[in-house]
Parts: sequence; structure tokens; C-alpha cells
Amino acid sequence: MSTVAHLEEEVKSSAWSGGKSPFSVEYGKLMMWFFLLSDVFTFSALLIFYGAMRFKSHSWPDPDVVFKSVPGVEHGEYPLVFVGIMTFILIASSVTMVLAVEAGHRNSRKEVLNWMILTIIGGFTFLGCQAWEWSHLIHEGMSLHHNPFINADGSTGAVQFGQLFFVITGFHGFHVFTGVIINIIITINVLIGTYERRGHYLMVEKVGLYWHFVDLVWVFVFTLFYLV
Amino acid sequence: MSAHETTISHEHHEEHASMTKSLIWKVFFILLGVTLVEFFIALYALPHHWFSQEIANFVYIALTIVKAAYIVAYFMHLKFEKIGLIIGVVLPIVFLVYFVALMIIEGNHLLFSIK
Repeated sequence: MSTVAHLEEEVKSSAWSGGKSPFSVEYGKLMMWFFLLSDVFTFSALLIFYGAMRFKSHSWPDPDVVFKSVPGVEHGEYPLVFVGIMTFILIASSVTMVLAVEAGHRNSRKEVLNWMILTIIGGFTFLGCQAWEWSHLIHEGMSLHHNPFINADGSTGAVQFGQLFFVITGFHGFHVFTGVIINIIITINVLIGTYERRGHYLMVEKVGLYWHFVDLVWVFVFTLFYLV
Repeated sequence: MSAHETTISHEHHEEHASMTKSLIWKVFFILLGVTLVEFFIALYALPHHWFSQEIANFVYIALTIVKAAYIVAYFMHLKFEKIGLIIGVVLPIVFLVYFVALMIIEGNHLLFSIK
């Protein structure tokens, strides 16, 4: 019995005591990773189903024809230009986020604040771009149950196209929106000096993980909807 | 015990030191470069019939996985975490390979049964 008690004592006082993570990351960060892993499976289910729908169809609307418009240009034909700008904005906001995390390691409150504000601006710009693209496509007659675009081979367009596009980009856009909201909350905390008093900027790292994940999903959405 | 903790905090410090500003910008330009290659394929190589759309699709997906790996490894800092965490996060993704295979078989069946 005493050996068991001894072992228990050893476990409690070692790295597995619960006070310190065996992965040497903080509890909240580990849970963020697990949450993101579950989100990976949600997005994968949507995207792989979309892939299966395309795979079973003889033809599919040509992305270069569907996504060819740019704001401010009437009847312009610029395939991929606008979505290219959106991709650049999101990657750039991911960089500003990781720079905020880097500044957090140096406990530089002012720098964290600047990079966080830039990240929020990037997030809102992306959302604005997506809102414009959605309203443009809805204006052209695309909806959850209607697809005005013909397939690449000239046949009637696949009806699932509109639904898959709106549901998947909508789910991603919702993640961007919540990401921006969480970023704003964290920025307010940086502003009022919560993390300075706490002595570390781990919360910025955690929200950073979520923000990079949003960027990661966009990389896949971009490839599967706009390129393939 | 205290010596043990010092080792951990020391390691932790080194991990963070490995993600410098110059490395961040380097990863950014790699991501930007890969995206530009994708644009080049879509807007120049394909219209000029360098290769077929099927080959391009494989290239797109391969480049996307490269970008995803860079984001997860450097921006999400996973490369500098403990091996246990890396395996814990990356290994479950294996299930997706099975999922993809399953849906391709299903899609193939639908493609040839519905005319």
C-alpha cells in the first residue's frame, strides 16, 4: 500500500501532476488545439462532400467564369483577381497576428496592440470583400437552391453549386467573424493592461491559433472552389 | 525538482526564440510565392495548354498542402512543440485520407450509375 502511495506522490509531483502539462503547453492552449482538431473534421466533412459532388458530376461550372468580377468594374472579366486580393488580405492578417504573438513574447504591450489592430482591420476587410462577392453572386441569381451558371461543357449547371458555395464559404465567413470578435476582446484586454498585469501574453497566442486556423481553412476553400 | 523546472522553462524560452521576425516574413513570402505559382497555373499555364486540368488539380492540391504545412508548422508554432503534441494533432488527420477514399468510391459509383 505504501508503494502505491509513494507512486501516487511521485506522479503528483512530476510533470503529470496537472499543474504542468506533459506537452509543456498551457491547459488553455492544449484545449484550443483539440477544439481546432474538431473543427478540422467539421470543415473536412463539408469540403470532402463538396469534392464527392463534383466527382460524381460529368461537368461543373467553370470558376474562371463564375468568379470573374471585381468591385467598381462593370462587366469586367478578371478571373481570380478579386479572390486573389482576398487571399492576400487573409494571409497578411495572419502575419500581423503572428507578429503580435512575437511582440507578446517580448512583453511589448504597444507593439502587441498595433499588430492586433492591424489584424482586426484585415479581418474586417476580408469580411467586407466576402459580403461584396456574396451580394454580387446573389444579384446574378445564385441562391441555396438555384444556380444560374452553366457547366464548363455547356450543359445545365449543377444545382448543388450554389448551396455548397454559400454553406461552405458562409461557415468559413462565420469563423472569420467570430475570430474578429475574439480579436477585439483580446485587444481591449491588451489596451486596459490585463496581460501586462498577468505577466504574459498567452491569450494572444491562443486567439492567434484560432486566427491562423481560419487562414488555413481559407487556403483549402480557395483551392477547391476557385482553382480546381 | 527546481532544476527540472528550470530545464523546462529554458527549453520553452528557446522554442520561442526560434520564431523570429525574419522567419515570420520568410514564411509569409513562401506562402505568397506558392499562391503566385497557383495563379500562374490558372491564368497562364492552363490557357496555353501546358498540361491538362486533371494534372493541374493534383498540383493545386499538393501546393495547398504545402501552404497548410507552413501555416501549421510556423504560424501555429506546432513545429516547435513537443513531439507528443505534434503526433496528437497530426495523426487523427489520417482518418481524413480514409474519408476521401470512401467519398471517391461513392462518387465514382454515382457517376456511372446515374446517366
